[in-house]
Amino acid sequence: MKIIVAIKQVPTRDSQLRVDGSHRWIQEGDLTFEINEPDAYALEEALQLKEKHGGEVIALCLGPSRAAQTIREALAKGADRAIHIEEENINGIDTLGVATLLAAAVKAENPDLILTGLQSDDFGYGQTGVVLAELLGISHGTIIMQVEKQDGAVRVKRELEDGWFQHMTLPTPALLTIQSGINKLRYATLMGIKKAKTKEIKKLAASDLGGPGAAVAELDSVYAPHRTKQAVIFQGDAKVTAAQLVEKLKFEVRVI
Amino acid sequence: MSVLVIMEQHNGSWNRMSWEALAGGIELGKLVGQPVSVAVAGSSVAALAAEAAGKNVAKVYAVDNPLLAQYTADGFASAFEQVVKAVAPSYVVFPHTYEVRDFVPKIATRFKQVLVADVVAIKAGPVFVRQLFQGKLNADFKVAGSGPCFLSIQAGAFRADGLMAGSASVENMAVTLDAGAIRNKPEVPFRESSRAVDLTAAEIIVSVGRGIKEKDNIHIVQELAAALGGELAASRPICDSGWLPMERQVGSSGQTVAPKMYMAVGISGAIQHLVGMKGAKTIVAINKDENAPIFEVADYGIVGDLFEVVPALIAEVKKAKG
Repeated sequence: MKIIVAIKQVPTRDSQLRVDGSHRWIQEGDLTFEINEPDAYALEEALQLKEKHGGEVIALCLGPSRAAQTIREALAKGADRAIHIEEENINGIDTLGVATLLAAAVKAENPDLILTGLQSDDFGYGQTGVVLAELLGISHGTIIMQVEKQDGAVRVKRELEDGWFQHMTLPTPALLTIQSGINKLRYATLMGIKKAKTKEIKKLAASDLGGPGAAVAELDSVYAPHRTKQAVIFQGDAKVTAAQLVEKLKFEVRVI
Repeated sequence: MSVLVIMEQHNGSWNRMSWEALAGGIELGKLVGQPVSVAVAGSSVAALAAEAAGKNVAKVYAVDNPLLAQYTADGFASAFEQVVKAVAPSYVVFPHTYEVRDFVPKIATRFKQVLVADVVAIKAGPVFVRQLFQGKLNADFKVAGSGPCFLSIQAGAFRADGLMAGSASVENMAVTLDAGAIRNKPEVPFRESSRAVDLTAAEIIVSVGRGIKEKDNIHIVQELAAALGGELAASRPICDSGWLPMERQVGSSGQTVAPKMYMAVGISGAIQHLVGMKGAKTIVAINKDENAPIFEVADYGIVGDLFEVVPALIAEVKKAKG
């Protein structure tokens, strides 16, 4: 099974985000970055499928040069090789543009399966995978919790709303967007980290792939959300704030 | 030039978010000065179409086809692609459901457009407001391009109870579908756990999130829940890690609760969690990050280290209860 995993590098989850001077993005200078969490689960699923059925896992990433770190980590965990579409400013590319570039890079590889996270933690569009499948003309499944390989097909478990699930069979090649929690993430081993240094990272530029095309959806400005509800906030000494809150719970909320 | 709202149904029942999407569509219609129509697809949707026609809309399109009885991405993308071509609206509005996320990006791509997903507000322009970074920041988006503009509306962003009555006509719209072109073979949906824990019945819920850091720390939140006489719940990452069973999960993929009090401990408040608990009468948040989105929906909050605050709270609750 030849599996491509599309991954994205995003700011680490605990990041304190500040809007930059252009009001169109965040200050990135003091941030650290990591693999988008659902993509980490997609990578793990690909590695487990390879361990079960053999084949190859290729990490595919569109991102600036700093994304090389995240790609290296994917290789250390067990991906066989990687394709890095290096583009410094990816925030001006909309999902159709991103998927157009990914599709151009994927075409030459003819994978059996493409996996990616169900959404990114930064833009949160949740559609790059579906658009990629549509551009490639292959079937897809979203929010997947289980993958079982069959002959020329995969049987998957889809998550629906309110605790419902559904099994579904789709012909390969197929694209699956993976839900967090589908498996247990592995850590890279020392051996893995060593090996990663010798693995191939093919670098491409967006222009090598025909470019993303003009953006349809344009991010106009970024700002802190306005609070619709004004919470009564206590801050300071734990004991004092706990007592203040309990008084509210007793006399205003009346749950004590 | 019109706004077309595509409402979602399953086996003859509406997905309730559909009405909020309609409210969002009507708001958009006012902003751009265009009439609003509705489309619903499935098998035997006449009764639903009639119900939608009882709202203040210009027209309702009923799309009936046996191949739409069960949802498939291929079937629904093809059906609504035909509807959008026939109606030729300037805007197509959907509720932001799991189903919409599954098939609408396909249609948008066919029109060389992008689905502006999970919209929380619409401003003059029109400008669509979306959340970035799991709700930590908001962003304004503008849409260009020649095709219709596709957007989906976040749960709770618009109120369905303000929809006005009307009497629209229903037009049956035929679509041509090829059973052979539907590649995905879905099976019957099922529920996994027996749901031994019914969080929906709880008056008080104390819920724990990522901030707890380790499984071995969960007991302190459990003790707080016990002191308050409430049920223990969790956000998705906690259940994903196996630290608490899935049946205790609150959020879009877990249970939707509306207790008298919901206390969120170490939960940042990603939208997937908020949709499951926004209906609580009182929301209390404990989080070390004062900018965490959870404080946007909270009535009371403590900004602080939960490992200091929770033990202090347990002591204070016990003292207050005597």
